Amino acid sequence: MMNGETIVFYLLAALTLVSALMAVTSRQIFRAAICLLLSLLGIAGIYFWLRYEFVAAVQIVVYAGGIAVLIIFSVFLTQRSGEDLPRQSRARMLSAAVAALTGLGLVMLQVLRHRFSGTTNPAIDNGVSAIGRRMLGVGEDGYALPFEVVSMLLLAAMIGCIVIAMRSKTKSS
Amino acid sequence: MMEPGLDHLLFIGTALFFIGIYGFLTRRNLITMLMSLELVLNSVCLNFIAFNKYLWPDRLDGLFFTVFIIAIAAAEAAVAIAIIIHLFWNHKSIDVHAAEELKN
Repeated sequence: MMNGETIVFYLLAALTLVSALMAVTSRQIFRAAICLLLSLLGIAGIYFWLRYEFVAAVQIVVYAGGIAVLIIFSVFLTQRSGEDLPRQSRARMLSAAVAALTGLGLVMLQVLRHRFSGTTNPAIDNGVSAIGRRMLGVGEDGYALPFEVVSMLLLAAMIGCIVIAMRSKTKSS
Repeated sequence: MMEPGLDHLLFIGTALFFIGIYGFLTRRNLITMLMSLELVLNSVCLNFIAFNKYLWPDRLDGLFFTVFIIAIAAAEAAVAIAIIIHLFWNHKSIDVHAAEELKN
């Protein structure tokens, strides 16, 4: 007998995988982008199901709110509407499918045969205040250095985007 | 049907990874290739969270790896889309075969 939690998990897993599959196979690029958005939301739902609320919120804000919207805007900027992507050759699709299915089979075989052994200590609090204290901690399990490095990386990426996207005056014809 | 556990989450992660690989191998449009790449990054994040939840619940390392991966993925997507739009201005196309100046 299944309880509600199990049913919700399987629904979220089905949403994630089916929309991911449609995102890589649909020939309408806008529909593919919307399917990618649904898949990202499904993953956020799985994080909520696992009770990692902070990561789920970050996933929704950054992926569904940022990256998916960015992708949809770039689709608007670069594609003519109502035009499908060109059909790929059957041999390429077949070989890619064989490669992906072989990889999936081999990895799942190893995963199912391996006995994972974790800790038996009790779980600790993963609320936002515990995360924040750990994120800015400089102690043994603090993450202050990666935090600063990532902030530098984001700044560099921002400047890089502006420089790349700047249209030079001489080539604008 | 079984109670969902670590194996189920690892299956979702692996399946997402190889769906992304399939898309990366079949697509010839830069935006759709970027979308496949996002799926691959998400599968890695999901694996980190699953291991954190089921094997080491007394630590938060997997969670931090996921948060940093998401931040770096955002930077990567922004730079990639800037490059794609610049390429579109120069070539009027974002097919990977349109960008072959570096070949010679």
